[in-house]
Amino acid sequence: MPLLPRRAARALSLAVLALVAGTAQGYALDDWSTVTDEAAGQTVYFAAWGGDADVNGYLDWVSAQMQQRYDVGVVHVKLGDTAEAVSRVLAEKAAGNADHGAIDLVWLNGENFAAMKENGLLYGPFATRLPHYALTAPESHPEVSHDFTLPTEGYESPWGKAQLTFYYDSARVDTPPRDMNALLDWAQAHPGRFTYPLPPDFLGSSFLKQALLGLVDDREPLYHPVGEADFDAVTAPLWDYLDRLHPYLWREGRTFPASGSALRQLMGDGELSLALTFTPSAPAAAVADHQLPPTTRSYLLDGGTLGNVHFVAIPFNASHKAGALVLANFLLAPEAQARKQALDGWGDATVLAMERLDASQRAAFETPDDNPTRLPAGALGKTLAEPHPSWMARLESAWQARYGAR
Amino acid sequence: MIDPHALWTRPAPWLAMAVLGLPVAAGLGAVIAPAFGWLPALGGTSPTLAHWQALWETPGLVDMVRLSAVTGLASAGLSLAIVMLFLGAFLHTRLFGVVRRLLSPLLAVPHAAAAIGLAFLFTPSGLAARLVSPWPSGWEYPPDYLFPGDPDGLALIIGLTIKEVPFLLLMSLAALPQCRAGERLDVARGLGYRPMAAFLKAVLPGLYPLLRLPVYAVIAFATSAVDVALILGPTTPPPLSVAVLRWLNDPDLTMRFMASAGALLQLGVTLAALLVWWTLEGLTARACRGWLSDGRRAFGDTALRWTGLGLLGAALVLIIGSLIGLMLWSLAGYWPFPEALPWPWIADNWLGALDGLAAPLEHAAEVGLAATLVSLGLVLGALEAESRRTRPVRRWSEWLLYLPLLVPPVAFLFGLVLIQTQLGLAPGIAAVIGAHVVFVLPYVFLSLAESHRRLDPRWTQLARSLGASPSRVFWRVRLPLLTAPLLTAAAVGFAVSIGQYLPTLLLGAGRVATITTEAVSLASGGDRRLTAVYALLQLLLPAAGFALALGLPRLLFRHRIGLVSPS
Amino acid sequence: MTDLSHTGLAPASLHLERLVINLAGQPLVRLDTDIAPGEILTVMGPSGSGKSTLLAAIAGFLAPAFTAAGCVRLGDTPLDGLPPESRHVGLLFQDPLLFPHLSVGGNLAFGMAPGGRRRERRARVAEALARAGLAGYAERDPATLSGGQKARVALLRVLLSAPRAMLLDEPFSSLDVALRDDLRRRVVAEIARRGLPALLVTHDPADAEAAGGRIVTLGGS
Repeated sequence: MPLLPRRAARALSLAVLALVAGTAQGYALDDWSTVTDEAAGQTVYFAAWGGDADVNGYLDWVSAQMQQRYDVGVVHVKLGDTAEAVSRVLAEKAAGNADHGAIDLVWLNGENFAAMKENGLLYGPFATRLPHYALTAPESHPEVSHDFTLPTEGYESPWGKAQLTFYYDSARVDTPPRDMNALLDWAQAHPGRFTYPLPPDFLGSSFLKQALLGLVDDREPLYHPVGEADFDAVTAPLWDYLDRLHPYLWREGRTFPASGSALRQLMGDGELSLALTFTPSAPAAAVADHQLPPTTRSYLLDGGTLGNVHFVAIPFNASHKAGALVLANFLLAPEAQARKQALDGWGDATVLAMERLDASQRAAFETPDDNPTRLPAGALGKTLAEPHPSWMARLESAWQARYGAR
Repeated sequence: MIDPHALWTRPAPWLAMAVLGLPVAAGLGAVIAPAFGWLPALGGTSPTLAHWQALWETPGLVDMVRLSAVTGLASAGLSLAIVMLFLGAFLHTRLFGVVRRLLSPLLAVPHAAAAIGLAFLFTPSGLAARLVSPWPSGWEYPPDYLFPGDPDGLALIIGLTIKEVPFLLLMSLAALPQCRAGERLDVARGLGYRPMAAFLKAVLPGLYPLLRLPVYAVIAFATSAVDVALILGPTTPPPLSVAVLRWLNDPDLTMRFMASAGALLQLGVTLAALLVWWTLEGLTARACRGWLSDGRRAFGDTALRWTGLGLLGAALVLIIGSLIGLMLWSLAGYWPFPEALPWPWIADNWLGALDGLAAPLEHAAEVGLAATLVSLGLVLGALEAESRRTRPVRRWSEWLLYLPLLVPPVAFLFGLVLIQTQLGLAPGIAAVIGAHVVFVLPYVFLSLAESHRRLDPRWTQLARSLGASPSRVFWRVRLPLLTAPLLTAAAVGFAVSIGQYLPTLLLGAGRVATITTEAVSLASGGDRRLTAVYALLQLLLPAAGFALALGLPRLLFRHRIGLVSPS
Repeated sequence: MTDLSHTGLAPASLHLERLVINLAGQPLVRLDTDIAPGEILTVMGPSGSGKSTLLAAIAGFLAPAFTAAGCVRLGDTPLDGLPPESRHVGLLFQDPLLFPHLSVGGNLAFGMAPGGRRRERRARVAEALARAGLAGYAERDPATLSGGQKARVALLRVLLSAPRAMLLDEPFSSLDVALRDDLRRRVVAEIARRGLPALLVTHDPADAEAAGGRIVTLGGS
């Protein structure tokens, strides 16, 4: 390790500085070269859901690139559920471990972010200081700095975009329903061929919000804390709708699949003809993996569907913050984002603003549009903003009370 | 001069208690404190009963409790009945040998994998429906019936039962020689009893006490099982264990308070189920007292014989059928309903997984072997110390042993991570091994304890009066005599270790990737092909362990029939 | 610790000096006697009278529920406090209790004092088997022997461990009449030949008669 003496010297001097300043970090966010210097030689533990072979494959590529470019090792800690990482950080905080945590970077959004931030489990603000952050054009794209309407305040860095997307088997469905009322008619005509995941599964709850947004006359109260609204009055159309829809759902609404992936499995088994996902590219990827029939097609509802951004965040006590920062920045690099968006990479939509890229960088994002399963080019974008996060919990508990115990 | 045997056995019970006691106390504390409002990291700093109130007001709570208790007790009772009827009918027949040979692969199937396979057999788009579609059922598309996932938990009971039958059968294999089943059977047969009557009246009263601890473990597992319940259980409402897991995993961290109360309630449900079972045990014993000696030598022998065969056969067919389903999926491309077989067969699923498989398999084997050896050493030491003092391990300390099996692991592990951090134990393979020991040790203990305790003390007396020191008696007499139960206990412990997901993930913090952490995280993606590949890969290590445990004594002692014959 | 294992030791008497065994503070067995070399003292009495407990106390396996007072000596050596393996008291039970994991030869060698070359040990085993009419049985699995053969192997095993006294716990009762006489003759002859003090617990008056020594009845008074 030829760098050791120099690094050691720097570390020593920074440690002295840190003692004086009262912080333990050996870098300054304003001087990015200190971050990369500090990061060199570190191994970053990146806790991310490991349920998708494509995502895992993409992170393998990221790991190799990080080693090669920055001398930073990346270990993908494969989770079954983000809550497992939250649990670890929470236990470390409860035990008083303030600076040698086991997790350096975590993939999350929405409620997990809100809960971790509120309980002081996150490091930051750091996102706006990442050199590549400017490429997202945050001033004209507020979604990269807002997570379910909550300002991220730099405590998480955007990574990719998701939008509620419907998909169906064109061999069995000619014209799929394009709004909530059409969905009810369609379900009545095709009993047992549609359902949604069991709330509080993320996708299941998202369906509730989508339905609510599509059924209410005035959406304004949904973008403020639920406590400020008349919950029963606002949500009455939703319950009325579900009461009519449920008898025509899969298994007559007596049980619900556990998750979006269980929903996809049911599509693959031919039990369902119509389903939904939060990853627009997932149906196409699933066709490539033999999970869905080749006749699968995707579409969005008229009037748009819920969309959100997913992020990466650094736990407050991460051991390798510098390495995590370098990784978070690399995840925003045009090359990394282009590879992520490519269907043979992962297929996750980019958070970069195309107008901030030069022509050659932009070219990398242009994928041949010949996959019939994918949404047509330009279809994404009719996004509805997520309601205030407090609505999700209220909707979930109200749903549980009405349908969760029969 | 101090005997080396004493040097190890004297501290062993205390070591075992410490190895379990500290994590159990921490684990339990981390459940109890938040349940009553104490978790400063989340702002809970004053004791309150509000979270119990919230739990009580959860819709469907009574149904959740009922589901957990009923499915647990029913599956334990059913699997015990199946095993006993089968043993009664077929002990000392060739069929028994066949079933014995099938046992190791069956035992090694991970619970979740068996459940996934079973679900695929019965689900409306599953193998059974495909076989009768489109002809003669007329189904072009999957029908819409509610199984698995039925509200009464029938599918869940079946799923639990098919995994418990091989376990209880294995435990019986170790216990039969200990209770001199062969002699008992011969005596009763000689007195004119038909085989089933001879077994039920002469063997069972001696066999059941040896199976009691494993049966209790089965009840504890079945009342709190999460993975099987997630796949086969109902959802509206789910069994309590599933609900607790959901609350614990809720992104809203304040749910953890109520979740902890739920975890304590879960513990209470398990204890209540055990109490019910224990009461039934007593009532049965009392009711049977006259029956045992009423002199009747035959009763429905043929009917019971066929029932035993039919039920065990059904359990075996289901578990083998679910394995076949997994194998088909691991080779399937797009496989639409109602095709009964996938076409074309593809190897992509396997090829994709085999890349980079060596390290997870190696880690799993290392951790499993280390955790098993540590547990075995401690358990043997504690039991040896007990036999020297001719006094049983105290009751309370035995309960301590089983606590890790009773408390929902998610809640429990939070406490383990807490002490890991407080003790400054770096996340890594050592911490993972330590955590595995907490879950492996109880199973090793319950697999070994009764066999060890029932070892005839005259063996030791005789050997010592022949001039052998305690160490020599241990190594040359007791250990060889216990070969079969020891290897069985080791194989069970190893399989338990291989199956651990959350302890590996949370205490290793991603530093230790095993075949199981890979499998579970991939399974969460719901790709049945990859899930099947990993489930089959996950089966490899424990299957090897069980095959060794069942085969090695027969090989080592092939010229010593007194040691290996089941009677 | 006294080592009694070296050879050439003169035959010694077994002294039971004011031996009292108590169960829960109540005396169960009282015995005050000496057993001369070659003598067989027969102990009779109903079940529960403490016969087996008496043997356990002498051999060193008294269960913690019992306490013993008085003194047990073998020649000049007090046995109290010695671990069982240092007492050199041979035990013969009703069951032959041949170790199922060892061959017949292995069972015999298990009891022999360590040392010597392997070939010598094997020769001693073969010679002993031949004397007992079991020549060529060294490699056999004990489970394949008949009841009488097992009993003879068990006796050989004790004798090869060079005991200085013998404790016999109904050793003949599980055998049929013909075998019982045969084994009884062998045991009595060996005890006499080696000059071992012996204590025989039995229900069978014929055993007592064959032993030809004094008879003590427990629990009768």
